[in-house]
Amino acid sequence: MSEWFTKIKADFYLNFIKENRWKLILSGLGTTLKITLIAIIIGIIIGVVLATIRSTYDLTKDEMRGGKKTVMGLLNTIARVYLTVIRGTPVVIQLLIIWFIILASSDNGVLVAAVAFGINSGAYVAEIIRGGIMSIDRGQMEAGRSLGFNYIETMRYIIIPQAFKNVLPSLANEFIALLKETSVAGYVAVNDLTRAGNIIRGKTFSPFMPLVGVALIYLVMVMILTYFVGVLERRLRNSER
Amino acid sequence: MNDKEILISVKNLEKKFNGVTALKSVSTDIRKGEVVVMIGPSGSGKSTFLRCLNLLEMPTGGTITFNGVDITDKKVDINIHRQKMGMVFQHFNLFPHMTILKNMTLAPMKLQKKSEQEATAEAMKLLERVGLADRANAYPSQLSGGQKQRIAIVRALCMKPDVMLFDEPTSALDPEMVGEVLDVMKELAEDHMTMVVVTHEMGFAREVGDRVLFLEDGIIMEEGTPDDIFNHPKTERLQSFLAKVL
Repeated sequence: MSEWFTKIKADFYLNFIKENRWKLILSGLGTTLKITLIAIIIGIIIGVVLATIRSTYDLTKDEMRGGKKTVMGLLNTIARVYLTVIRGTPVVIQLLIIWFIILASSDNGVLVAAVAFGINSGAYVAEIIRGGIMSIDRGQMEAGRSLGFNYIETMRYIIIPQAFKNVLPSLANEFIALLKETSVAGYVAVNDLTRAGNIIRGKTFSPFMPLVGVALIYLVMVMILTYFVGVLERRLRNSER
Repeated sequence: MNDKEILISVKNLEKKFNGVTALKSVSTDIRKGEVVVMIGPSGSGKSTFLRCLNLLEMPTGGTITFNGVDITDKKVDINIHRQKMGMVFQHFNLFPHMTILKNMTLAPMKLQKKSEQEATAEAMKLLERVGLADRANAYPSQLSGGQKQRIAIVRALCMKPDVMLFDEPTSALDPEMVGEVLDVMKELAEDHMTMVVVTHEMGFAREVGDRVLFLEDGIIMEEGTPDDIFNHPKTERLQSFLAKVL
């Protein structure tokens, strides 16, 4: 037992303490968080815009006329193509395409990764939000409209507040998944948390400690986020009783 | 009754859903203070007719003139006219994320720019009238069906509408709660509110209605006073309908 413990200790020293290797992990963690945070912001912006287009079109296509209908129909089609392409291809391929083709002139891997994951996440966020809006009983929209609210006012005062509560758990899960997905950012020469662990493994030839260590860091972050989502959910639910 | 001013004039109203005709050239005038009750078998078009009156369903033909304005005209801002047409739904459609009071004051505050104080005072007065003042700060999920529908009625009344549209207001209620809702509607009628009511409550139609319309297959098959309709039905369709529901 003590022999095993001594070995672990040596292993830990080799992989994290020696040559200040923990600093690599720490800066990798920072990079991962930076990519995730920027991607979440981009994802929310894209997601809200797409969800607005898609659900507005679905809910009002019968009462729209003329030019407005043509424009909304076109936007809706663009949104659908976007969703199909992004959700139908692997995120790593999207990342590589953006790195080597679309933003080939940029050498800022962190930014390119953040943009790529943001664009990817936006598609999922859009469908989550749209699902939340469409899940609200259509009687709510009718009640709002019958009182004299226009479409946007009804959305703002009646539909969105209810939809937000419904989608919060799925939205949070999407962002937690995003945090883990960024682990492929190493493909575009970004030293994120995963790559930091892998670099250490390559130097020390001791795979257990760096890989399991990195896994634990991801796990702790996910658990913390999950805890906060739970708190928020409970608070939202309490406001209704 | 016929000397009263016309509030809503419906001419040749037609509604098609993907080729299926729900209403065929329906015409009628609704006068101020009148209680018009629509009866008929399900699928007869009576709910569609009611929902066309405030354009929740867009008519595919004909005109609806409300307060002298043709609201089917595409240039008319329907939102302004809807403020004057209260609507009560079968499934209440209260806003579950707001208290009863907030449900009632939202539209007056946002649309009529009333102060919170004023809107609250008016709402409380209405709540007292329907005996629910003590539930002002409750959420809809804490109320019974009958209470919810009474709230839905006073929520619409907060906008001081010229007409109230009722779309089967008691159909989703437990039998013992139907009475409390009908009582509120009866009181409204006594206060000379203009009302258009789609209902299966024949007792209400007979007692409160000024005029009863019998719809079938998207047309007004027969219309008249409750006495005409219930005691002297002319068409065979109405006779067989009444035989089934009475």
